[in-house]
Amino acid sequence: MAEPESLLEQLRGHFGDRLADARIEYGEATVEVRPEELVAVMAELRDARDWRFEQLSDIAGVDFAAYGDDEWITEDATHSGFSRGVINPDFGRLGLTGIYGVQEVHEQTGRRFAAVYHLLSLTHNHRLRVRCFAPDDEMPMLPSLTDLWPSANWPEREAFDLYGIVFEGHPDLRRILTDYGFVGHPFRKDFPLIGNVEPRYDPEKGRVIYGPVEIEPRVLVPRVIREDNRYRGQQRAARTEDRADG
Amino acid sequence: MAEFQSYTLNFGPQHPAAHGVLRLVLDMEGETVRRADPHIGLLHRATEKLAESKPYNQSIGYMDRLDYVSMMCNEHGYVRAIERLLGIEPPLRAQYIRTMMDEVTRILNHLMWLGSHGLDVGAMTAFLYTFREREDLMDVYEAVSGARMHATYYRPGGVHRDLPDRMPKYEPSPYRSDKELREMNRARQGSVLDFLEDFCERFPGCVDEYETLLTENRIWKQRLVDICPVSPERAVQLGFTGPMLRGSGVAWDLRKKQPYAAYDRVDFDVPVGTNGDSYDRYLVRVEEMRQSVRIIKQCIDWLRANPGPVRIDDPKVSPPTREEMKDDMESLIHHFKLFTEGYCTPPGEVYAPVEAPKGEFGTYIISDGANKPYRVKVRPPCYYHLAATDEMIRGYMLADVVTLIGSLDVVFGEVDR
Repeated sequence: MAEPESLLEQLRGHFGDRLADARIEYGEATVEVRPEELVAVMAELRDARDWRFEQLSDIAGVDFAAYGDDEWITEDATHSGFSRGVINPDFGRLGLTGIYGVQEVHEQTGRRFAAVYHLLSLTHNHRLRVRCFAPDDEMPMLPSLTDLWPSANWPEREAFDLYGIVFEGHPDLRRILTDYGFVGHPFRKDFPLIGNVEPRYDPEKGRVIYGPVEIEPRVLVPRVIREDNRYRGQQRAARTEDRADG
Repeated sequence: MAEFQSYTLNFGPQHPAAHGVLRLVLDMEGETVRRADPHIGLLHRATEKLAESKPYNQSIGYMDRLDYVSMMCNEHGYVRAIERLLGIEPPLRAQYIRTMMDEVTRILNHLMWLGSHGLDVGAMTAFLYTFREREDLMDVYEAVSGARMHATYYRPGGVHRDLPDRMPKYEPSPYRSDKELREMNRARQGSVLDFLEDFCERFPGCVDEYETLLTENRIWKQRLVDICPVSPERAVQLGFTGPMLRGSGVAWDLRKKQPYAAYDRVDFDVPVGTNGDSYDRYLVRVEEMRQSVRIIKQCIDWLRANPGPVRIDDPKVSPPTREEMKDDMESLIHHFKLFTEGYCTPPGEVYAPVEAPKGEFGTYIISDGANKPYRVKVRPPCYYHLAATDEMIRGYMLADVVTLIGSLDVVFGEVDR
């Protein structure tokens, strides 16, 4: 497998400022591209002789609205101890009070929704991850890559379905995984894990109707971010690796 | 003469040849398919969202339920991604066990595929034969992990436990004679490795049996040869991987090209098709089963000769043994922390692909430093194969739809996730 370092070096040399970010993490090359240049850069990545990314392996929609938020204050609460990890029924949504603090929705940053493309070159046997943020949080839009790679069709539909990212120029942007008539984009961080509605049989009407969910949400293990000694060694190792690469 | 008009046909989701819950809306012109619109998502369980709400280890079991006929390969993809995040490397014995179990899984998957594909196309007998062998491999699954299908056997840093020394035996029952019982338990006298070795001895003969039933069978060839061919260039563009890509003549196998586990230490060949039609894909998969037997044999030999640890010796990631916990406070704390909170991974993102029986199964994990993944994205190979249905089936007959779906080897657990 080709070295990601040399690949990234070539890409930096060729694209220069057109790459908003380029780095190596865990031995994998990642570049960030601005949406207005996405199609042009991707076309070059596909066709240029040095890269030949013939295959678009995957597209992942990501919602960064809660990145770095935890549900449990790890350091300050040691005196008082912890209560149970079950709280109010709205748990699992953002913008609500966690056990030891308020979680904010990081909105209107222009870096909430992103599509992450994984490219694979069969000729040179290397991989590249391309990330592109949608500038508008209210109406995330990105150009479609279906003209470059036909395999972009379904994953773009999926990212639209689950995250509401609109792919401009997609020939057939319908929902794909959720139910017919589904409302909302379920993988967004402000969509509750238990959902909003559930179907049930209504004996009076004699048919199945949708009503609000009646599941009681429970969090058995709260989300914890720790920066203690346990993981520091590995983080350090990863960071030094980064420095050596970049 | 009456004028033919196109009409719409609803194929599935309750059709027995729809391999689960595929709904195909077909625009037909007489018997010819003009357009196919697959409706998927009827088995959508939001696995990726569920994984965001759980500590890393608790989602391993969910991976089994994605492609529910190649369970351990899915676990392998997920576990590899976590290992990359943590920067740990499982011991070599664990790598060999994983390689061996991945190949067992590949045979399991291909047997399921062969049986049901045959059944769809009208060759009922092969189904009965393949399920006979499948049962033996299920027993191997049960012996190593305790579960016939949803094993949850792989762990970050190795596998749950070492291979057992004894193979479970059939018990006496009023419904079978002592002679039958002896015959059934003949291969089960030794360890799991002995049982697998015995399986590897007789399995190539079984594959010969399937091939006698199908390969030169006139009906089978009429239904498969030249049905829905894909050119190598197109296969790459459409995102094909695994046997679908190799059937089109592209020699691309992650086990060779980007080796993981112990695949760079074992010897095997990668079969490649020439025409890219359904028949070639059939031949490729049948040959893959034979190659898997080769790999399993090499793994058995190595595993016999090299005992050792099967899990990384890092109590932050891998739980201590019961004995350690009983007389060591530190181990008790580690155990408690691991099972209440789990472990935090350093922030960053990784993509870990494995060559699952159906193609490239990739797991993309974004971590923000918490004990739960921030985002998990699974790349299911069948998703891309199924997306190409429309293009592949246009101009073919209704009966070929069944052949194509069989030849795609789709499982909706992973398409819908």
